[in-house]
Amino acid sequence: MNQGIDLQGSFVNALVDLGISPGAASALWLPLPMVVILIGATVSIFVTVWLERKISAAAQQRIGPEFAGPLGTLQAAADGIKLIFKEDITPAKADPILFTLGPAIVVIPVFLSYLIVPFGQNLVITDLGVGIFLWIALSSIAPIGLLMSGYSSNNKYSLLGGLRAAAQSISYEIPMALAVLAVVLMSNSLSTIDIVNQQSGYGILGWNIWRQPAGFLIFWIAALAECERLPFDLPEAEEELVAGYQTEYTGMKFGLFYVGSYVNLVLSALIVSILYLGGWESPISVSWLASLIGVSETTPWLQVITASLGIMMTLFKAYALVFIAVLLRWTMPRIRIDQLLDFGWKFLLPVALVNLLLTAALKLAFPVAFGG
Amino acid sequence: MTLAEGVQLVAFGILTAMTLGGALGVVLLDNIVYSAFLLGGVFTSMAGLYILLNAGFVAAAQVLVYVGAVNVLILFGIMLVNKEQEFTPIKQAWVGKVATGGVCVGLFALLTASVLNTPWAISAEVPTGEMATVVIGIHFFTDYLLPFELASVLLLIALIGAIVLARREFIPDVAPGEPASEALQLPERPRELVSSVPGSEPGR
Repeated sequence: MNQGIDLQGSFVNALVDLGISPGAASALWLPLPMVVILIGATVSIFVTVWLERKISAAAQQRIGPEFAGPLGTLQAAADGIKLIFKEDITPAKADPILFTLGPAIVVIPVFLSYLIVPFGQNLVITDLGVGIFLWIALSSIAPIGLLMSGYSSNNKYSLLGGLRAAAQSISYEIPMALAVLAVVLMSNSLSTIDIVNQQSGYGILGWNIWRQPAGFLIFWIAALAECERLPFDLPEAEEELVAGYQTEYTGMKFGLFYVGSYVNLVLSALIVSILYLGGWESPISVSWLASLIGVSETTPWLQVITASLGIMMTLFKAYALVFIAVLLRWTMPRIRIDQLLDFGWKFLLPVALVNLLLTAALKLAFPVAFGG
Repeated sequence: MTLAEGVQLVAFGILTAMTLGGALGVVLLDNIVYSAFLLGGVFTSMAGLYILLNAGFVAAAQVLVYVGAVNVLILFGIMLVNKEQEFTPIKQAWVGKVATGGVCVGLFALLTASVLNTPWAISAEVPTGEMATVVIGIHFFTDYLLPFELASVLLLIALIGAIVLARREFIPDVAPGEPASEALQLPERPRELVSSVPGSEPGR
């Protein structure tokens, strides 16, 4: 496996050649990937909101937004500007400190999780050894923020919504972690880079979805539940709870929940594409094609093509999954809270355990195919 | 001082202040909900301290277990109990507070003295860092197998106990024919029968 292009190394070398000390050069490099990923995550909100509006319109035989920008692409920007200029109201009987902290605690872990999302061999903020485990740990912080905003709103619908959100997120975290564990078992590493590399080499045939079909479904269902997307949007069920924990929020504090939910959806889709759909790998392996036409893997132009194709592939897979999530939202009815908890604890959890056990057995029986 | 050392020093200062301040808040604040949320802050800053010690896996586990599970459970407990009981001020409560404060300061002084007086043997081994998961796994299945299994059995017992407590059903041992005794019935407000006769409602 070649190392691909090393942007950090080239950047630092270029600055050192300009006469800057190596320490200062690496310090200058540090914020760059973070800013790029932050901007990317923020832009992904606009794309996803536009997709959601257009697909929901198509599902309901409407046109959807079309006046704000070409094809209504700037509708999300209009929404955002409206939210920023709205009056920021804190209810009189609410707890002002917790009321303000709640949305922040929900949003920050989601953005922090982008640390471990790789877009190429070296195109990642940090290749942490704990990788995917960090994402699971960070996603378990969100319920605290939800409980906080639900409690501090001083509104019984908010409190019920917060409690539901926390219960839902705790119960679906366990099957999700077990599904991730089965993948980790096959790749012998928690690092997201290693997980993708283990799926590479055979194009679409090498992806984990063929070896972990049950795990893929479990993970996708649990991820939808964690994002509170529609079959599982109990915490904000408007017929029952007004809007759940968001009821009392206006302006940018509500905007933070909105941003958080869409960034979390894109993040979950990215993680699914990394764990099960081969990450930045193309359906037909690029390195195999290159060796077929006799181009060395270390050729500069080939590396540039591979890297940009990798970014496009990751985003394409993620947005295909986002498309499925949006379609699900506009075609599925909401399930009841008892059905939700029954499904999580009595169906997903045992199935995830059996899947883990099967993976371990298959790994012992066929170490070639299941990562010895 | 290099950049990394400076960042470490500043981060250590901030994390220590957060841990100590948060812990004091947990103990001293009157509002139990604030205490519970601050406890989450304390756990998170301790995870930060683990990261400073090159123990990324332990830090992630700390966040997952303590912030994501224990603290959320505490909050659930507080919010579901909903016991609205006025706190009645006790006379001469300050005696108890002063005594508690004295004991705490004494304990702190004792611990500080013993920490300062112990000749610590500082290990010269390089931290395992990224390999920590492998090392921890090997320890779990070799020399720490018994404590690991005992802990899991303990958790299993707690799990089964929780299920038994949650599924507790009061089955009154009364023969089907005789009427249930008064003691097992819940106190209930006598209900007025409203609009049982059609057309007799007021305002129609």
